Amino acid sequence: MSITEHAPIPPQTDTDVVDVEEAARARQDKINGIAKWTLPSLMMALTLLAWHLYVTLNNIPHYVLPGPLLVGQSIIEDWGLLWPAMQTTGRLTLLALLFAIIGGVALAVAFTQSKWAEMSFFPYAVILQVTPVVAIAPLLQIYVDSAFVAALLCAWIVAFFPILSNTTIGLKSADHNLQDLFTIYGASRWQRLRYLSAPSALPYFLAGLRIAGGLALIGAVVAEFVIGRAGTGLGLASTLLEASYRFNFGRLYAALILISLMGVMIFAATSLISHLLLRKWHESALKRDT
Amino acid sequence: MTLPLGQRAPLLSMNHIEKTFAGNVTALRDMSLNVNEGDFLSLLGPSGCGKSTALRLIAGLSHPTRGRIEWQGGKNKDDLGIVFQEPTLMPWATVAQNVWLPFRLRGTAFDAVKNDIDEILKLVGLESFHDAYPRELSGGMKMRVAIARAMVTKPRLILMDEPFAALDEITRFKLNNDLLALKDAIGCTVIFVTHSVFESVFLSDRIIVMAARPGRVIHEVEVDTPYPRSEAFRTSAEYSAHTRATSDALGEAIGEAA
Repeated sequence: MSITEHAPIPPQTDTDVVDVEEAARARQDKINGIAKWTLPSLMMALTLLAWHLYVTLNNIPHYVLPGPLLVGQSIIEDWGLLWPAMQTTGRLTLLALLFAIIGGVALAVAFTQSKWAEMSFFPYAVILQVTPVVAIAPLLQIYVDSAFVAALLCAWIVAFFPILSNTTIGLKSADHNLQDLFTIYGASRWQRLRYLSAPSALPYFLAGLRIAGGLALIGAVVAEFVIGRAGTGLGLASTLLEASYRFNFGRLYAALILISLMGVMIFAATSLISHLLLRKWHESALKRDT
Repeated sequence: MTLPLGQRAPLLSMNHIEKTFAGNVTALRDMSLNVNEGDFLSLLGPSGCGKSTALRLIAGLSHPTRGRIEWQGGKNKDDLGIVFQEPTLMPWATVAQNVWLPFRLRGTAFDAVKNDIDEILKLVGLESFHDAYPRELSGGMKMRVAIARAMVTKPRLILMDEPFAALDEITRFKLNNDLLALKDAIGCTVIFVTHSVFESVFLSDRIIVMAARPGRVIHEVEVDTPYPRSEAFRTSAEYSAHTRATSDALGEAIGEAA
């Protein structure tokens, strides 16, 4: 056996060598970047146009389907009415979400710190979750004086469970070897929670938050439908319901669009928070380079 | 500088240890072992011989069914460092923060041990990866961080549970050499679990050969080649002789189990 020495490879001098595959990929990335925004915008414009043409060409009466122009007009003209309603629904949703976070995380921590607490309370959390909120809302209306507080409770019940269940799983998902390492170093319960369980639970909690954000809005809308009926004039959903009684379909659609817009904003905000907190280390937030 | 075998002070002793798991599975039977200050001791054996169980008992992660483990001068939780088969780093923390962990759990602020962290990262060759996240590192580099974390507090004893088993051979050889240099620099004792004859001979001065079902010690092989051992040791006649002796002992362990 012998080992032959190979002549060293001369250093690369040509600096503008272009890898065809890489160049194609860069071009594709650029196109995707533009298409990501232009395609949905174009779709939106086309849908609005089709909607407008359908309504005007077929002479559809506005109490069956108002055209996009009428809806736009309603948003502008009724803004004085819609904006306070939107603020009420927004406050309802965000407060419900906030209390869901506080309650869900606190209970999840209690569950993971004490098996007894979990055994005692988990079944009730499930019962609360599986009972349709529409069925509870009228009861709350009887027992709670303030319509806002009753609605808040409804939205909270719906938003609370995903936070609780995701955070509980997350807190339990810490790597076993890391658990052992903490044991060897004599970590206290608090240190274990603070430095190991909490960071392990963060991605799970954030996934729960994204679900809970949407559910809080749904809970708020349902509550307004059921509780706001009694002329308490809560938020956007109450406005929507009232507009339907008055056959004011322009306002009805305006309220509907604003509710959807709020949903989109909540989703965008929770996604952004999730991205900012996880981008440095979590697989879900990492870009892969081939 | 490590004293020769036979002149070392005792560190801990396992006396007639037995460990039985639920369902009456005897993981270890009548294991007695004296570990001395400065030993590089390998536990070598087939799967199921209880070598990892022995390591967990020494770490205090589980307790013997029978028998006692006695530490010379009593056991202090600062005496121990451990390296698992996986790097077991916290993915949300930087390299330096990961290495800080043992100090952090003692309540020591980062700035107070900044120099210790820098020093150990330099020793494992990762000084320029101070602020990197584990995902940015290769498998071998992650393992270096895990070793740095175990050694940063300069514990008396480092336990290693097949730390290089998942690495490629080139990386493993390099880490073997570096581990010996680190042990010398820190001046600690190492208990190293492995199923590789070659690795155990290269690294250790004492090899405890274990057999399975039930897990027990059947041989001790001494590798009296002095440290520092260079890469040339791997191809020496001395190395072959030790490898053959260890292989034979292991063969006996496997034969007995079958």
